[in-house]
Amino acid sequence: MEPWEEEEGPEVVKHFMYVNRRAPYGTIFAHECLEVVLISAAFEQDVSVAFMDDGVYQLKKNQDTTGIGMKNFSKTYRALDDYDVEKIYVEKESLDARGLTADDLIIPVEVVSTQAMRDLLGQQDVVISS
Amino acid sequence: MNRILHIVNKSPTDRRAFDTCFRMAKAEDSILLIEDGVYAAVANAGFASEVNKRLDDFSFYVLGPDVAARGLGDISLIDGIEVVDYKGFVDLVAENDVTQSWL
Amino acid sequence: MKFSILIKQGPFTHQASDSAYHFTVAALASGHEIFRVFFYNDGVYNSNRLSEPQTDDRNLVSLWSKLAAEHEIDLVVCIAAAQRRGVKEEILEQGFRISGLGQLVEAGIEADRTIVFGD
Repeated sequence: MEPWEEEEGPEVVKHFMYVNRRAPYGTIFAHECLEVVLISAAFEQDVSVAFMDDGVYQLKKNQDTTGIGMKNFSKTYRALDDYDVEKIYVEKESLDARGLTADDLIIPVEVVSTQAMRDLLGQQDVVISS
Repeated sequence: MNRILHIVNKSPTDRRAFDTCFRMAKAEDSILLIEDGVYAAVANAGFASEVNKRLDDFSFYVLGPDVAARGLGDISLIDGIEVVDYKGFVDLVAENDVTQSWL
Repeated sequence: MKFSILIKQGPFTHQASDSAYHFTVAALASGHEIFRVFFYNDGVYNSNRLSEPQTDDRNLVSLWSKLAAEHEIDLVVCIAAAQRRGVKEEILEQGFRISGLGQLVEAGIEADRTIVFGD
């Protein structure tokens, strides 16, 4: 048994990572994952949000949904900072493969190597994929 | 480092989940193929070479009921991928520290 | 060991809920405890008692309901995801309850393992 498994109650702090690998609008997964992340901020856990594969498209700036009638939720990513969700990681390889850089993104993020992302994954207690 | 059970439920010829799983998994992690992910276990399929390259890096498992459901019970699976049932799935979750589903 | 399960797909389009159900049955048979099953995204449709699959097919809505009754499993349907899909109290199958997303985070905190099933 791990040391943390013997603990009980709300004082337990776990490492939660939300892994985003889907582009926005084509499916609802990006939007509904963001809703979970915002709620999770209230629980005083160690929260990380990771973007890889097509998930990096969620953060592309200048999204304009007026022509498709869907809610532009990309602005909500700016609220993450207000909710003290500060660990936002984007895999560099995924950005590179899509011709994007950190300058193309709507919020400041930490661009990390594949190795660094792998290490971060290995530090989590709960991984919620979307 | 927590040991991760990576769960892949996507066919390797349909989606990219395996590419990312192989990129993000670390030595001593385990990979379990379920649902359409079981097609990656077919020995004579083109993708088998990708799996064979990683057999020494990770422990591979495939969910037997999903193999049988797809008519793969009578064809060769890749040597080195262990077939488990749902109880084996549960045991893998318990033996590893955390699970990551590559949806 | 204590498990929490997250289901992100409905009972018909994708196998996710089937896989989660068989996993849950096997976990209980192995002596593990299911702290909570949380239904999110289209997973909220697993609670709709109005769904009527053909009689020669499995009925996941009632399977989950029966399993919950037998083993006192907490089946929680996300209120935000349910509202936008028209899943309301009056169509909930027995054993399901509607609550907030915080229940998912709590499930992750309280369980030893959280397993995600989806597409």
